[in-house]
Amino acid sequence: MAPKKIEAVNDFVIKFANVNGSGSASANTLFAKSIMRMGVPISPRNIFPSNIQGLPTWYEVRVSQQGWLGRRGGVDLMVAMNPQTWDTDLAEIEPGGYLFYDSTKPLPQSKFRDDITVIGMPLTAICNDAYTDARERQLFKNIIYVGALAALLEIDPDVIAALIGEQYRGKEKLLQPNVHALHMGYAYARERLGGPIGLRVVRSDAVGDKIFIEGNSAAALGCVYGGATVAAWYPLTPSSSMAEAFSKHCKKFRTDPEGGRARHAIIQAEDELASIGIVIGAGWNGARAFTATSGPGISLMQEFIGLAYFAEIPAVLFDVQRGGPSTGMPTRTQQSDLLACAYASHGDTKHPLLFPQDPKEAFEFAAEAFDLADRLQTPVFVLSDLDIGMNEHLCEPLAWDDSRRYDRGKVMTYEMLESGRDFGRYLDVDGDGIPYRTYPGTHPERGAFFTRGTTKDRYARYSETGPDYVDNMQRLLAKFETAKSLVPKPELTAAGYPARFGAIYCGSTSAAMREALHTLAAQGIYVNALRVRAFPFQDEIADFVASHNKVFVIEQNRDAQLKTLLVNDAGVNPASLIPILHYDGTPITARFITEAVGAQVRRLNVRPIQSGKAA
Amino acid sequence: MTYLAKPKLHHPDLPTNRLGYTRRDYEGAISTLCAGCGHDSISAGIIQAFFELAIPPHRVAKLSGIGCSSKTPTYFLGQSHGFNSVHGRMPSVLTGANLANRELIYLGVSGDGDSASIGLGQFAHSMRRGVNMVYIVENNGVYGLTKGQFSATADKGSKSKRGVTNTDSAIDMVGLALQLGATFVARSFSGDKTQLVPLIKAAVEHRGAAFIDVVSPCVAFNNHAGSTKSYDYVRGHNEAVNRLDFMPRRDAITADYPPGSVQDVVMHDGSVMHLHKLAADYDPSDRVRAMNYLAEHAARGQIVTGLLYVDPYAEDLHSHLGTVEAPLNSLGERELCPGAAALEKFNASLR
Repeated sequence: MAPKKIEAVNDFVIKFANVNGSGSASANTLFAKSIMRMGVPISPRNIFPSNIQGLPTWYEVRVSQQGWLGRRGGVDLMVAMNPQTWDTDLAEIEPGGYLFYDSTKPLPQSKFRDDITVIGMPLTAICNDAYTDARERQLFKNIIYVGALAALLEIDPDVIAALIGEQYRGKEKLLQPNVHALHMGYAYARERLGGPIGLRVVRSDAVGDKIFIEGNSAAALGCVYGGATVAAWYPLTPSSSMAEAFSKHCKKFRTDPEGGRARHAIIQAEDELASIGIVIGAGWNGARAFTATSGPGISLMQEFIGLAYFAEIPAVLFDVQRGGPSTGMPTRTQQSDLLACAYASHGDTKHPLLFPQDPKEAFEFAAEAFDLADRLQTPVFVLSDLDIGMNEHLCEPLAWDDSRRYDRGKVMTYEMLESGRDFGRYLDVDGDGIPYRTYPGTHPERGAFFTRGTTKDRYARYSETGPDYVDNMQRLLAKFETAKSLVPKPELTAAGYPARFGAIYCGSTSAAMREALHTLAAQGIYVNALRVRAFPFQDEIADFVASHNKVFVIEQNRDAQLKTLLVNDAGVNPASLIPILHYDGTPITARFITEAVGAQVRRLNVRPIQSGKAA
Repeated sequence: MTYLAKPKLHHPDLPTNRLGYTRRDYEGAISTLCAGCGHDSISAGIIQAFFELAIPPHRVAKLSGIGCSSKTPTYFLGQSHGFNSVHGRMPSVLTGANLANRELIYLGVSGDGDSASIGLGQFAHSMRRGVNMVYIVENNGVYGLTKGQFSATADKGSKSKRGVTNTDSAIDMVGLALQLGATFVARSFSGDKTQLVPLIKAAVEHRGAAFIDVVSPCVAFNNHAGSTKSYDYVRGHNEAVNRLDFMPRRDAITADYPPGSVQDVVMHDGSVMHLHKLAADYDPSDRVRAMNYLAEHAARGQIVTGLLYVDPYAEDLHSHLGTVEAPLNSLGERELCPGAAALEKFNASLR
């Protein structure tokens, strides 16, 4: 018996299966944005290959009135435009779901499923009739299916037309044919496909003043607001668009109004080693500088990161994480560089890490990273990932307080040197482990010192003695302790009822986690959740673990890196941590978390009577 | 090396330069290199050049990589900030420093291992970007600190101290710099201070990437028969194409030379280089001919020295990037932060 058709208003998942390079991306974005403009929250995700043309690519749109912005898992409506992936795409549809496909070429019955609703539209035939140019046939096919979907899902075609108008403002030649194609698809679906299906979009006001932006663009703008003037980078997916966005934002916001000169310098370097070298040189000389890279770049930068740690030079590194190791899954997402960044370089090193959860925090943490790097005189890592960086996300609007001042840290000025203040580059004068530095060129007779990666004494004099070395290493530890009070604090989401289970997670896991907590609570499973926002870990993270019977550590890598970091650096009891790991390269889903946590809770609740306690 | 500390007090009658600094003000710590090391002569040349140019020492940033040559910045310009970075990566650190503050003078000191082997890529890219700097390679063809292995500039067929013959082709740093677009290229010899000092001075005044390859014998590991970087070999094969008098813009030109033997090159800031031609057919303004000349003479086993190429009106990286005149590290919130109102507008464009 065929299952009941899925019926849902403003709450479903639609997935587009396309061929890379076919022009589908802009049509699919148009589709997603039109739902957002109708006031219904969306979260689209690109699942794309490391390829320019020809390989399969997908675009998945979660539509959620309740504002769940993580991936849910499963597909309610598949728009199957790629014969290469037909079988797997079809298999992904939920029972009772829908399939929309190009029916120009008849397909045997065996290629379909009988537990879904199949909607065929002869897109190729329609385009071949309407257009003669091959490129037009391809591009307008995408717009035509958007028009058809609008009719099937009851999306207001005027909203889509308005979006096309914005996109092609000033390019009237392109505007009209696109709107025409849209209406062609819309009319066909109304007349020939039987009108609306069980999935519907109804106008709402659940979007509010939220914005729709890619994490990489937001992080790049955070660099502009945070006062970065030097950027050095080497093209590497998924970080390249951050450097390119910085360049774009700088053109707009960092051009001297008189004369048009640049208040920034961006170098596309010859490799990642040069990128971080440029950043360290600029940081040494008092400019705020950053590099944007991904895991393979972090691997290449190791030696320089150790220099910046040991010589105490501010630097900001954005690691937009992708699937590793090696070239790994270059266009898929993971949280698998936590350990590589936390302990980057040889010898004993530790570095502050920031974990933004969405573009809004990518903006905030980017700006904050420069204050932290200057204050702590050390490399600071912002660990974003492909999911945050290369997808557009609905998030709170970006905000800036005009009274905010940059914290340039402890810099000894000409006046301070002139007044006879004792300057020891590695002298801990305030007891926080942070010494003063001078910028080159400050004073004719005082404050010059030699920066080196070798051991030195408190006055920056070369030293190979054990006591000098230990003294310096201990101060670096004290400085790292100071960092705890400066980095963003964890964020607690308390369960509605007293809970003996806790969950710790970070970064892009957050969106799916919110939904999972809600679903778990509805099943009677109450979990207190702590979102870690930075490393080093504050004491309250260890307290959180200690106050729960078991704590699930939910993360997107194979080896439970966040858990390792918690055990190693927060001193928590490893026996109380249960790893929940998702690492197939796709963003973690709410369903995955719900099922994995649910299964663990059921297992833990089966216990001998003498130690039994209610969940 | 010597273990005697340098006295801090200066003789009251020491000559001073235009700014009132003595030569001693341009010195650094006592060298810990081997007695007779060519590198120490280059350090002395640097001290002399900066003293004569009357550059305030604290307005110089000296950067280096790792190796014997990279240790030398400790031994000159003690009031300058120094940076001993990582092996072969001085060029990127210097580039970043230069971007942060275009007003300082950047002196990069490196060796043949540092620049021709591990750091060849960074050397190349800093040249092609036109970073405004003086880049000196103290070239001895050998790894000194690790006890005498061949470096990438050792000539094919030359012999190591242990008697091993080098079978790899040599990298010619000067040829590379020319090919890569350096706008000031020179070669000199650590044992010829009268040639070297004016070259350093002209390189400092040059705007853009100025490269000087200084052949600098290693007395410990590469000064024997069979070496092509020994004092004797270099003296015997040195083919100077010109000698230089460098006249900063502020000095009146008083020298008197026989007609036809001198070529004046006016630099971007009005300084003048008087080139005494030793090879009549050598024209340092022609990059392609310079490359040919070098290749022909290298094939004959000659080491061509002098000012090999200069583009006096070169542009540097900052002009390519169109950066503001003020050093980037001097800009504050007012110049850098677009503010809340601009952010509101930006938000509005994303709905």
